[in-house]
Amino acid sequence: MVNRKIVGAHYGLKDWLAQRITGVMMAIYAVLMAVALVSGAGSSHESWKEFMSCGLVRFASFLFIVSLCWHAWVGVRDIWMDYIQPAGIKLVMHVLTLSALIGYAGWATQIIWRL
Amino acid sequence: MTTRTLQFKIYRYDPDQDQKPYMQDIEIEVDATDRKLLDVMVKLKAKDDSIAFRRSCREGVCGSDALNINGRNGLACLTDINSFPEGKPIMLRPLPGLPVIRDLIVDMTQFFKQYHSIKPYLINNDPPPERERLQSPEDREELNGLYECILCACCSTSCPSFWWNPDKFVGPAGLLAAYRFIADTRDQATNERLDNLEDPYRLFRCHTIMNCVDVCPKGLNPTKAIGKIKDMMVKRAI
Ligand code: SF4
Ligand code: SF4
Ligand code: FES
Repeated sequence: MVNRKIVGAHYGLKDWLAQRITGVMMAIYAVLMAVALVSGAGSSHESWKEFMSCGLVRFASFLFIVSLCWHAWVGVRDIWMDYIQPAGIKLVMHVLTLSALIGYAGWATQIIWRL
Repeated sequence: MTTRTLQFKIYRYDPDQDQKPYMQDIEIEVDATDRKLLDVMVKLKAKDDSIAFRRSCREGVCGSDALNINGRNGLACLTDINSFPEGKPIMLRPLPGLPVIRDLIVDMTQFFKQYHSIKPYLINNDPPPERERLQSPEDREELNGLYECILCACCSTSCPSFWWNPDKFVGPAGLLAAYRFIADTRDQATNERLDNLEDPYRLFRCHTIMNCVDVCPKGLNPTKAIGKIKDMMVKRAI
């Protein structure tokens, strides 16, 4: 293969937009949690458990976990893109990052649904 | 006439002679007629003619005397010598991130390659009218703050994203120029221009660090232009 620098993968906008949107989702979830804590949902283990296992909160928590992982994927991949030049190592780092994040997402979801 | 002495530390490197770069200590008398750093550098060159740097217009229009002055990129001809802190030597280094040809002269090939990659000219396939292609004053207004760029490279060479990926990231100067043509109502290649940048490297390596805005000697705002390109891409996509 000739050694030419090639750019033009058309996913720049999609990822950038996804990172903004997931950021907003996480901010909303953080506000929700803060309000819940202030209004006493966390006063005892029992009340906190009850709050966290309510359907709507589970839904929001799941969205939060997905947003967090998606957000982290774009951010961490940005770091690899900035600092790692050899394409092979970059691909390995991408795969490792993605595997870890998907694993975490599954694990976290399992914990929430177990409540 | 009152004179005073200014101390300098100047980055010196001649690849034909020097093993590695070093900082040269040199001092020079300045008087009231010396106002800008470039005036003093011309004096320095008269004292030690082996010092190499570029300059031409001496009034902030040609963009050739961009340097790293006390750790900050700027034009020597626009930098007031009274702006330097007293009693400390003035550090002059070449623009960071580009290969040094000699002393303060850097190889700008990569910078101009990125500039050319955005097709910095009007694309319009209609036959040219007899006199000129007209714009409304409001449409013309949008080009203010874009066309004034003198391609000095102060911005791109202070941008960490450009340091890491100078071959893939267009850099603030190139992106400002890209928006200058995207914003031009006489241009017919807007879609192709946006396509050309919709890539994780060419535009989206910008992390809004804003070093570019901080150093631009013409007071331009590449970050704002980059934001407008992103806006247009979003509007096009949704
Ligand atoms: S935007 Fe400013 S700093 Fe950048 S090249 Fe143009 S004039 Fe120089
Ligand atoms: S705002 Fe973007 S282009 Fe400007 S210095 Fe930061 S990363 Fe570079
Ligand atoms: S000498 Fe032309 S911009 Fe400074």
